[in-house]
Amino acid sequence: MVIGGGISGIQAALDIANSGYEVVLVERLPSIGGHMAQLSETFPTLDCSQCILTPRTVEVGHHEKIKLVTYSEVEEVRSQGDDLRVKVRRKPAYVDWERCTGCGLCQEKCPWRVTSDFERGIGERKVIYTLSPQAVPNKPVIDREHCVYFQKGGKCGACAKFCPVEAIDFQQKEEIWEEQVGAIVVATGYDLYPMERLSEYDGGHHPDVIDSLQFERLLSASGPTAGEIRRPSDGAVPKEVVFVQCAGSRDPERGVAYCSQICCMYTAKQALLYKHKVHEGQAYVFYIDIRAGGKGYEEFVQRAMEEERVLYLRGKVSKIFPQNSKVMVWGADTLSGKRVEIAADLVILATAILPSQGAWDLKEKLGIKIDESGFYEEAHPQVRPIESGVPGIYLAGAGQGPKDIPEAVAQGSAAAAKVLALFASEV
Amino acid sequence: MRKVGVFVCHCGRNIAGTVDVERVTEALRSYPGVAYSIDYLYMCSDPGQDLIKEAIAKRDLDGVVVAACSPAMHEITFRRTVAAAGLNPYLCEVANIREQCSWVHRDDMERATLKAIQIIGTIVEKVHHDEPLVPLAVPIARRALIIGGGIAGLQAASDIAAAGYAVILVEREERLGGRMAQLSGTYLNFDSTADLLSEKVEVVTRNPHITVLTRAQVEAVGGYLGDFKVKVRQQGNDKEYEVGAIVVATGYDLYPKERLSEYGGERYPDVIDGLEFERMLSPTGPTAGEVRCPSDGRVPQEVVFVQCAGSRDPERGVSYCSKICCMYTAKQAMMYKMQVPQGQAYIFYIDIRALGKGYEEFTQRAMEEHRVLYLRGKVSKVFPQDGKMMVWGADTLSGKRVEVAADLVVLATPMVPNADAFGLAQKLRVATDEYGFFSEAHPKLRPVESLTAGVYLAGACQAPKDIPEAVTQGGAAAAKVLSLFSQEKITHDPIVAAVDSELCAGCGICVEVCPYEAREIHPLTKVAVVKEVLCQGCGACLVACPNKASHLRNFAPAQIMAMIEALEGG
Amino acid sequence: MRHLYFPGCTLSTKAKGFAASGEASARALGIDLVELSQWNCCGATFPLAMDNLLALVAPTRILLNAQKEGDHLVALCSICYHVLKRTNRLLREEADKREKINLFIEEEYRGEVRVFHLLGLLRDEIGFETLSQRVQKRFQGLKVAPYYGCLLLRPFQEIGLDDPEEPRILDDFLASLGCEVVEFSHKTECCGSYLTMNSSEVTRELSHAILRSALASGAQAVVTSCPLCQFNLDYRQGEMAAHYPGFAQIPVLYFTQLLGIALGIESDTFGLADHHVDPRPLLREV
Repeated sequence: MVIGGGISGIQAALDIANSGYEVVLVERLPSIGGHMAQLSETFPTLDCSQCILTPRTVEVGHHEKIKLVTYSEVEEVRSQGDDLRVKVRRKPAYVDWERCTGCGLCQEKCPWRVTSDFERGIGERKVIYTLSPQAVPNKPVIDREHCVYFQKGGKCGACAKFCPVEAIDFQQKEEIWEEQVGAIVVATGYDLYPMERLSEYDGGHHPDVIDSLQFERLLSASGPTAGEIRRPSDGAVPKEVVFVQCAGSRDPERGVAYCSQICCMYTAKQALLYKHKVHEGQAYVFYIDIRAGGKGYEEFVQRAMEEERVLYLRGKVSKIFPQNSKVMVWGADTLSGKRVEIAADLVILATAILPSQGAWDLKEKLGIKIDESGFYEEAHPQVRPIESGVPGIYLAGAGQGPKDIPEAVAQGSAAAAKVLALFASEV
Repeated sequence: MRKVGVFVCHCGRNIAGTVDVERVTEALRSYPGVAYSIDYLYMCSDPGQDLIKEAIAKRDLDGVVVAACSPAMHEITFRRTVAAAGLNPYLCEVANIREQCSWVHRDDMERATLKAIQIIGTIVEKVHHDEPLVPLAVPIARRALIIGGGIAGLQAASDIAAAGYAVILVEREERLGGRMAQLSGTYLNFDSTADLLSEKVEVVTRNPHITVLTRAQVEAVGGYLGDFKVKVRQQGNDKEYEVGAIVVATGYDLYPKERLSEYGGERYPDVIDGLEFERMLSPTGPTAGEVRCPSDGRVPQEVVFVQCAGSRDPERGVSYCSKICCMYTAKQAMMYKMQVPQGQAYIFYIDIRALGKGYEEFTQRAMEEHRVLYLRGKVSKVFPQDGKMMVWGADTLSGKRVEVAADLVVLATPMVPNADAFGLAQKLRVATDEYGFFSEAHPKLRPVESLTAGVYLAGACQAPKDIPEAVTQGGAAAAKVLSLFSQEKITHDPIVAAVDSELCAGCGICVEVCPYEAREIHPLTKVAVVKEVLCQGCGACLVACPNKASHLRNFAPAQIMAMIEALEGG
Repeated sequence: MRHLYFPGCTLSTKAKGFAASGEASARALGIDLVELSQWNCCGATFPLAMDNLLALVAPTRILLNAQKEGDHLVALCSICYHVLKRTNRLLREEADKREKINLFIEEEYRGEVRVFHLLGLLRDEIGFETLSQRVQKRFQGLKVAPYYGCLLLRPFQEIGLDDPEEPRILDDFLASLGCEVVEFSHKTECCGSYLTMNSSEVTRELSHAILRSALASGAQAVVTSCPLCQFNLDYRQGEMAAHYPGFAQIPVLYFTQLLGIALGIESDTFGLADHHVDPRPLLREV
């Protein structure tokens, strides 16, 4: 069983399934892809994230050895001999996915719009929805909390009226069943540090102070602005954009002590993409250290500075607050020793990476350890980075610690190797 | 002429929002050679696929065109569908009317509709000329060759062997362990690298599935995925091994100190590199772990660590970042301070790149608990003066020049690919980047695969990386090998070149241009023959052949011409 | 062979000995230095401000004049060489700046002339081995410190004469004259340059560090190819004794002075008597 359908879990599932073993892939959301499905383009090659991801999600969706279980969570885990018994709970989608053809008519006809979590609150979705047009599986779920049918006692029901295959099932109940598996790969990924906790950076009040995943949605061709850079408050094209790195990272007092590892690179990418779209705009990046450690990364950051003239300022930002129609950013430039004040149109906070919310619960169920930051603890940081310490349970991706896509993919594969070796030894 | 069925997908509103799919379906119905056409909301859905299967059976179709999204998305899906209906899968083609039509012509439905009809027409022509093909199947030698016995290679070997497959591990040196064997301890926890390593080496040497060849080198590589023939030279003797997959784990060297003339090159004994300092710190090293100045054996009281000594320096060194130096330098400075508590350690840096779990906290410990002095700036010059090594640097935070009279200077020189890497890459026909690191198939999603089928990459041969990353990559490369070995046979796409022996004059030009060594002149018939499993279908031979004797299966010249004519006619 | 030659201002005034020794030596080696019929000051600095194109007009005129009389130009002074070489590259490679400058001078120059330093000619045309065979008086046992300074070598991408951190050209040249060339750490450090005008104490300190390093390596003389370096290293020694206890003086020579003497040319015009630290006793000694 692979828990988590992000890129790391997908990779682990595919490597195991392609070796002839059966895989149950459990995903909390209605479709797989994880955070990678939210991203615009990836550094350093600027490949479209969705475009390189979709072939993988489709492969998972079609794989005869992979049982894809989305909208579901692990309820309980028991070991029985060499096997693990995992109780899985599936939330009701109120749509019969067996019947549903994924035609999308229900979403078109549903009259109700709500704020979308997938769009990080800066876009909308219908009350019956899929995460994206490329969703795998491409089957919708009904958001019960906002659905007029549920909340107002049977009124509306537009989706059911228009569904050509009668797949809407308002009576659907949650399902709980048990899977018997030989090994578990935990790939539950990350969340971002909530902006609300960064009160010195306006605490998420002002619409034009956004986090980096929100900015990814703004940059994304499939996002709420179809890839145009428009600030959330009034839709204007921002001319002065400030990127604040280490917003909560490397900050034991106000945030987390650790480094989130990926922000330097995605910020350089975001600044570069911003400049590609708004040529006359000015991008500022506040940083402590530029951590460009991967292959081609250093060169990528140099490109942002030299070719795209992104202005890097070495210093922390002390305060962000609204003033007139602008957002004021107070910072320091430690190289000139001067205070810096920028009246920005848009501010992007590279907020810290946190372990996924469910990690705490899951570690109890699995009997694995987490470290003081809440990430899963590996058996040995140098030579056993994939093993959890509990036999048959392996770690992959950002649940173990912040990491970027190639590292998450490599860990997914490495976890698969452990599973394959384990299965082979049992035969 | 075939009886072709055309299946037009709405893709929800994705296509139908811009292209009038009903009109397209109608237009295709009267297209020459089209026996049937129908549209549906989502062809890739199960009911959509059933529609295709049903039509094949009822209408006796022997060719299928699905007009939908890019073939990269669903070609496999639809080919499986027609195969399930008993048709040869290569008689099914996808006409891309989404990415190449509806998505790019959102504001002009009329022209988008006409373009969709044209696109589908060309693919109908293609299907008429398609031959039924059968994927090539190659047996697999279920044995892996691993080149390099450092930590990445050891991990790959133990993971593959743990699954029960045979492994041949080739190591150039006398002992296994690679660079890790030279190190003093790990960062974060100061574990003894020797202990961690010997555990891994033990696992490998004890495993009966693993054959370890030390003081051995790969001489030549022939064959292909599933059936490589590798000649290994061990102490003068050559032996050939048949293996199904190869993992390259050749690791790194350090940038030669002598090229850093501003730091004195090799001239001064008390200017050493990171690995030399590791040996000094190591209990098995020349000083039994005691830090001493190489010049006169005194205990150094002032030690300067110079980071980016050649890294991030396109003029004097390499332009990339070596990734691991920030962390090992912090570790080295701490180990020095533990040994010489009254001594002073200085670290010159550009950025502190503490990229890993617990790494940030570790460098903070170096600064706060061990009082290592971090100075943000480059070192411009190192030279001897009055028995000390003078270090000139800058502190960009105070904006001041800094001069330290040091006893010992440790240069964190860049990681560069192993000296043998380039030659090996050529033997393996694997691409390397401008610095000589092995190139991965895709920087995001295929980090441990090379573009040469059956050759995988692990560790620092691909780019600078630290121990946990090398271990992870070793494991990941093993997963790729295990997936491969689990197949019955390797299937290979049959879209390969073919030779018309009537037209071939045996001139041999195609043999020379083929980048995959997939061609030879038959010794008896004297015409060119294609080694189909090596052929990647690139088409270089087609262009080169003066007699037009070469063609690519299902991309024959007549076929392409028919497609172009369909486009002009429509 | 005929070579167009740009002496520059300092070689016509303060450093006449540099010019005389260079010209005479060249002649003796068959290098026919023909002075540019019309020339002006090169400006003596290459502007660091990217938009200061006006400062490039003077060197552009020199190059333009050179183009009318030949296809290449030789300089002796490191600064002139530096300014001319960099200006020339800019005019060749940066079209927009070239256009502006050409508009200003109302003539068309595109950087076609090639700019050489005499040291480069000696290395690449004569060859140090040939040179060594032409030497009549070898400086056997004379320990010299080859001092390059900054402008002869940097920036490497634009000058390209030799490795900017570990240069060989002056070392090899001096070795061909029979000198014992000492390795010293400060051979490419800055002497203080124009700071000598308004912050002489900075120049004194920097120059002292260079001389100290040369002396510590056992050098008996320092050799340079730049009149400003020569001035700073030589003239400032007068104050050094007072500031740095135990400082010993050391002669600072132009490379051409040693060359001329080695080739057996009468050194009367070489300006040896004009040096602050008289080199003649040392030269007599060897």
